[in-house]
Amino acid sequence: MSKPIVATTSLAGCFGCHMSLLDIDDRILQLIDLVDFNKSPVDDIKEFTEMCDIGLIEGGCCNSENVHVLKDFRKNCKVLVSVGECAIMGGLPALRNNIPIKECLEEAYLNGPSTKNANPERIMPNNEELPIILDKVYPCHEIVKIDYYLPGCPPRADLIWNALIALVTGDELKLPYEVVKFD
Amino acid sequence: MSEQVKFTIDGKACKTQKGTNLVEAAKENGIYIPVLCHLEGIKPAGSCRICNVKVNGRFMTACTTEVSDGMVIENITPEIQELRKIIVETLFVSGNHFCPACEKSGNCELQALGYRYQMMVPRFPYEFEEKEVDATSQKFYIDRNRCVLCKRCVRSVKTKDGKSIFAILGRGHQAVINIDHELANQLSDEEAQEVMNTCPVGSILKKERGYVDPIGSRKYDNKPIGSEIEQITNL
Amino acid sequence: MNSQVQIAVEKYGKDASRLMDMFHHLMHEKGFVDDEDLNQMAEALDISKVDAEQTLSYYHFFNKKSRGKFSIYLNNSLVSQMMGRAEIAEAFEKATATEFGKVSADGMFGLFNTSCIGMNDQEPAAIINGVVFPKITTYRVRELIREFRAGKTAPEMINSYGGGQNQSSLVQAMVTNNLNRRGSVIFADYTPGEALKKLPNMKSRDIIEEVKNSNLRGRGGAGFPVGLKWDFCTKSPSEDRYLLCNADEGEPGTFKDRVILTETPHLLFEGMIIAGYAIGAKEGILYLRLEYEYLEKLLESVLDNFRKKGLLGKNVLGIEGFNFDIRIQFGAGAYVCGEESALIESCEGKRGEPRNRPPFPVQVGYLNKPTVVNNVETLCSVVKIILNGAEWYKSMGTKESSGTKLLSISGDVKYPGVFEIEWGMTIHEMLEMSGAMHPKAVQVGGPSGRLIAENEFERTICYEDLPTGGAMIVLGQNRNILEVALNFTEFFIEESCGSCAPCRYLTVILRNKLKKIMDGKGVAKDIDDLVHWGQQMKKANRCGLGQTAANPILTSIENFKQDYMTKIEKGKEFDTKFNLEAAIQESSRAVGRFPQTY
Ligand SMILES: Cc1cc2nc3c(=O)[nH]c(=O)nc-3n(C[C@H](O)[C@H](O)[C@H](O)COP(=O)(O)O)c2cc1C
Ligand code: SF4
Ligand code: SF4
Ligand code: SF4
Ligand code: FES
Repeated sequence: MSKPIVATTSLAGCFGCHMSLLDIDDRILQLIDLVDFNKSPVDDIKEFTEMCDIGLIEGGCCNSENVHVLKDFRKNCKVLVSVGECAIMGGLPALRNNIPIKECLEEAYLNGPSTKNANPERIMPNNEELPIILDKVYPCHEIVKIDYYLPGCPPRADLIWNALIALVTGDELKLPYEVVKFD
Repeated sequence: MSEQVKFTIDGKACKTQKGTNLVEAAKENGIYIPVLCHLEGIKPAGSCRICNVKVNGRFMTACTTEVSDGMVIENITPEIQELRKIIVETLFVSGNHFCPACEKSGNCELQALGYRYQMMVPRFPYEFEEKEVDATSQKFYIDRNRCVLCKRCVRSVKTKDGKSIFAILGRGHQAVINIDHELANQLSDEEAQEVMNTCPVGSILKKERGYVDPIGSRKYDNKPIGSEIEQITNL
Repeated sequence: MNSQVQIAVEKYGKDASRLMDMFHHLMHEKGFVDDEDLNQMAEALDISKVDAEQTLSYYHFFNKKSRGKFSIYLNNSLVSQMMGRAEIAEAFEKATATEFGKVSADGMFGLFNTSCIGMNDQEPAAIINGVVFPKITTYRVRELIREFRAGKTAPEMINSYGGGQNQSSLVQAMVTNNLNRRGSVIFADYTPGEALKKLPNMKSRDIIEEVKNSNLRGRGGAGFPVGLKWDFCTKSPSEDRYLLCNADEGEPGTFKDRVILTETPHLLFEGMIIAGYAIGAKEGILYLRLEYEYLEKLLESVLDNFRKKGLLGKNVLGIEGFNFDIRIQFGAGAYVCGEESALIESCEGKRGEPRNRPPFPVQVGYLNKPTVVNNVETLCSVVKIILNGAEWYKSMGTKESSGTKLLSISGDVKYPGVFEIEWGMTIHEMLEMSGAMHPKAVQVGGPSGRLIAENEFERTICYEDLPTGGAMIVLGQNRNILEVALNFTEFFIEESCGSCAPCRYLTVILRNKLKKIMDGKGVAKDIDDLVHWGQQMKKANRCGLGQTAANPILTSIENFKQDYMTKIEKGKEFDTKFNLEAAIQESSRAVGRFPQTY
């Protein structure tokens, strides 16, 4: 039987969740025995090449590209997991959710300490090639159907490990008290 | 000497002094009934509704109910646990709870209840309604986005001549906590710390304090809320 | 000190429990109560400012900033909507160049929504500076605004008087009674004072026994046996007791108490005297919703008359030691103040938040003394029971529901108004009686009651089958059931006191989910979620408001599931409200870019 295939991505996240995945230390060797990776920053595969069993999503959706990638994952993965607070509820990027988008952009490109004097033409990036910022940062499950959630900022390595093993082996998911945390 | 009363919780025979409220009566008998708005020593508010139990078949809030002889109390049933979980999740989406950016994280009772009820994600959509952060007071600031309107501050924080420093403003889902800054500024540092401790969540935070306990050694990092009363067995 | 604050504070003896009255005084004099006023009041009453403000901010009709020279409160109850509120609202906005929730730039007009004002039989209706304007048309809107601009006042725009006492010089209101059916209890012919004559020959115990024997149950909705309540009260040891009459009449669709207050206020006050005598009360309070302020002069004059005749005051009716008077306490726009313990809190000058129970008001009530709270109609019924006897009373109605009931019927009927019926009438008969037009559903008992469909039209109106406080809203075939559920749910969101977490916010969650379905974004699971979440409300909340706040959604799903299903695409399993096109609008505009998705 072929190994289950895993894909991962980071949307509006900080890659901390991916780091936490790597924090499983030498168990990574076991993991590689158990699964194959497809589209993922871990192996730098850019496009899906086959249907995957498990998709791990880090980060919420803050722009149109995030939405596109997330939908692509939904299409190409049998099971989707929201990994970390940003994927689950927007996380830190969502702190902007109550600030009008125009103010955010102006602060970033026109008035912020690093741009105030550096952008004399007062340009805000608007090239058609660029993804467009959404009105707020959305949790992933408010865009596509998500099957499982792993909270934490980042989720403890043990939580990710336990969850992956449970998904791959079909065994019951064990959640010791210490591993489920929202921070 | 006051009278003893007998009652049962989930079939377990219990006894206590007459007039004790259900939360404390359960505690004396080694049983944890979750609370959020209740604080021992101040008048119960019965506002968070987390402590709902069934008393002789009817839903009642344990913190506002005095135990009486022969009471049959249900505490851990699927129906009650589901209700509590829904309340916790409701509280999470009714505010903006970005735990990673909150100084109370790890010591927060709402968060701890989230852990206890194994909330991986609230089942309700986030609305990100914004409430005002008020840092006018000299000793502490209040982030109303995290307030669960438990009214602990309203009920317990008074000046020496009995005036309120905190009160509610507005009603319904727009209700928020209002501070009398003039009176608040008269609090000592210790009293301000006390106020912060009174708040179950990270809504009232003492200024110039920040994150003090490292992750791993905070109150609810390793032990569930309630485990000082009852070992966690069956959630 | 600001002189008005001083007057207000002194007028009510510097008693913080009269805070409501002080605010009313300031509202009348200045149209708002600002921070400065609050500071001064707090100082004069020796409370903190936030305490004063927490009462003020609780009530819909109190405000810190002026709400315009003309404060226009347009009813947004369901029936108002059914009768064309949208068009009227638009006309007001256009004529005043103001949006709802705002005051016009010149400070002339403030436009506000308000929960049911007890005029469901003459909608759309609005209250402008205390004057009720029923049956408003767009023509009338333009006329009003034009004349206000030209210098007329709200009372000067009264152009007709409703029937009965509405045309008395003490009322002069455009409100009509629509008293479509008089029965043999409340609206039967009566010589004022008859029943009171019996009092000197009766002991208070006799009265309680008579009322108990009559099987009279509370008419405010909960249906608690009246004699028993009085009995409990007299058994709570105390020097002082209080009798409170609940005239808050806030349940959307009820307006029967208004008609009693207009046509037979003496009957009510007689009932209060009898009840006061029975429980040994030292004072009676009529808690009157501010929407009925236009009846104040009439009611005060009746009370004055009573005092002159020795029916109120010291040794009432010559009964040695029976000292009893009645005062009117105005509410200020909070439906939940109709809940008896919230009503007590409000009478004490606080936020009208329901109390935790036990203890019950009969044990610890107004000013912590044993207190009976009864509905207007209940107290009127008592008078006739004392006059004609319990047996007479029991000869009407059904086995468990004796006597008559006032129904407030509105909606898609030819003859909206008040009907006094004997308990035991079927819904079907009721529909015929009021000239219902192609009824599809009936909302029995207002939003907190049940929405029933045709299969229940043979049920009878009585405690043993379909109990009700009397609000009956008839919905015709073409009415949108989901709109009904939405209007009612929003009513509860608006009126929740905010104390209980589920009532405060789960209602908002339910509303949002309902809207999602209405927007065509629903999936089958959303309906199941509504039911499951809605069922928690009954279990979780402290008072009747929160416990019934999901009823509109639950009972409409129960009886009109098809109406929900048609909004849901078959086989669709997942849909959130997310809409990419909409989500990128704002930023596209901000950077000056043509909206396009990735
Ligand atoms: C949210 C809520 C609103 C209520 N509003 C009213 C009201 O407007 N008038 C009323 O008489 N009873 C109202 N009630 C019922 C009262 O709590 C109380 O039962 C009643 O006034 C007792 O009088 P009765 O026994 O004569 O009916 C309300 C109850 C709730 C929970
Ligand atoms: S108050 Fe508690 S639940 Fe809310 S963000 Fe802070 S730690 Fe998290
Ligand atoms: S500020 Fe804190 S203590 Fe006060 S009501 Fe809010 S959560 Fe409770
Ligand atoms: S159920 Fe609602 S209205 Fe009633 S006390 Fe609770 S929050 Fe207030
Ligand atoms: S702890 Fe009892 S209601 Fe909050």
